[in-house]
Amino acid sequence: MNTQSTIYLDYASTTPVDPRVASKMMEFLTPDGEFGNPASRSHRYGWKADEAVEEARSHVANLVNCDPREIVWTSGATEADNLAIKGVARFYKSKGNHIITSKIEHKAVLDPCRQLEREGFEVTYLDPDEGGIISPEAIKSAMRDTTILVSIMHIHNELGTLNDLEAIGNITRKAGVFFHVDAAQSTGKVDIDLSSLPVDLMSFSAHKTYGPKGIGALFVRRKPRVRIEALIHGGGHERGMRAGTLPTHQIVGMGEAFKIAKEQMKEDHEKIKAFHTKFLKEAMKIEHAYINGDVDNKVPNILNISFNFVEGESLIMGLKDIAVSSGSACTSASLEPSYVLRALGRKDELAHSSIRFSFGRFTNEEDIDKTLSILHNVVERLRELSPLWEMHLDGVDLDTVQWNTH
Amino acid sequence: MAYSKKVVDKFENTLNNPKAFNVGSFDPSELNIGTGMVGAPACGDVMKLQIKCEPQGNSHVITDVKFKTYGCGSAIASSSELVEMLMGKTLEEAKEIKNKEIVDALELPPIKIHCSVLAEDSIKEAIENYESKQ
Repeated sequence: MNTQSTIYLDYASTTPVDPRVASKMMEFLTPDGEFGNPASRSHRYGWKADEAVEEARSHVANLVNCDPREIVWTSGATEADNLAIKGVARFYKSKGNHIITSKIEHKAVLDPCRQLEREGFEVTYLDPDEGGIISPEAIKSAMRDTTILVSIMHIHNELGTLNDLEAIGNITRKAGVFFHVDAAQSTGKVDIDLSSLPVDLMSFSAHKTYGPKGIGALFVRRKPRVRIEALIHGGGHERGMRAGTLPTHQIVGMGEAFKIAKEQMKEDHEKIKAFHTKFLKEAMKIEHAYINGDVDNKVPNILNISFNFVEGESLIMGLKDIAVSSGSACTSASLEPSYVLRALGRKDELAHSSIRFSFGRFTNEEDIDKTLSILHNVVERLRELSPLWEMHLDGVDLDTVQWNTH
Repeated sequence: MAYSKKVVDKFENTLNNPKAFNVGSFDPSELNIGTGMVGAPACGDVMKLQIKCEPQGNSHVITDVKFKTYGCGSAIASSSELVEMLMGKTLEEAKEIKNKEIVDALELPPIKIHCSVLAEDSIKEAIENYESKQ
């Protein structure tokens, strides 16, 4: 299959590695490169690798304005989320057993919370508002004397919506509760200043920001200090928080990707914002298209739209030359529509017909134009095939129909 | 999940050439038309199948079929496959069609078997509707 002819609009799922990042990574693999184990203290191979790891750590810290000593390498944002949530819960269990999160978090947050429930913790899963935002007031009212942790994501992976970290953090600080943020979608998209944000733990991923897969990091604040129980033991790497030989090339890749993100954030943002404006304007010319998530409070690189009367998976199949993802889980083993869109109060049929378009550094104007043209065409054709569209045109209110389910 | 080439081809052909693949509608109030509609938007698929029949000897023969389907790619492919099977069949023969034939013809993956069940339900309902008018 020639994937090059397929337009890639799924950057929120993963990004290609920036060629500048890939060539830097190559310097840390082969016999003529710096392949050493960063933990080797007795020779220059180790020293050089360690130097590279620490330089990368500084690049990551620099992008989010924290101390490099507050960055712990992990295998990705999923591990960082696990380490933060389970790590804090297990370390501070004598102080309390209650955790607050939301119903629309990534599974990397929800599943560790479910695991902690099995271990005896209590978890409150907050509803978002209809725009996909978690209100700070809702967090305030969910607080108990036993609450030890709040975990809320920054940019939503399906919707692109932004939560107000400062407002939430002010509440958690006041209550003496730790605040963890999954920021896998944030780096290189919006400014993050951890020197002023009241956030205690933050998860990062390299592969959403033009770095390699298999590497991420957890920010663990030093002042005020947060302590976590490690998940992986075996050598005391990363100040005892995460054992295992550091993958130098992966780490260097993440560092380089984050360094480039810092330099290029503005440029990337301007370009993608223009694409977003155009895409939104043209896509919304399609009748009965609905944006999912608060359009006034989101990043421009993610755009989630439901096209009523057509089903999401068939739309994706129709858009075969465009790589996008469906909110509808009809593509996976479960036949449930997106739990995220359900939590927003979207009707099932709209939840079944959502598509996430996500743009990135290597998207160009031609990709946008071509996608819009194909999109208009395929939606029209699928509606011609849709009995629901026909009923709608005949003036039937679909909500009043008695469906013959089986 | 990867679909078989058969599902993909059937889906694409139907999408790109709806008339040739019997996409459309008959007037459901006509006496020689039987309409079956099954599924629900909330479940992600709705199939509407219509058969046009005429008496022939002791039986009735399906002379034309139209359908519309809202659903995933395999739901659309399953309806389209069923429509082809129905052409020229007597109602007795049509009643004998089992979802397994659609599964086999399209090589449907296990989690998409329900699409073929829905297709089987749609023809049963269309025949019932037609017979109730006779």
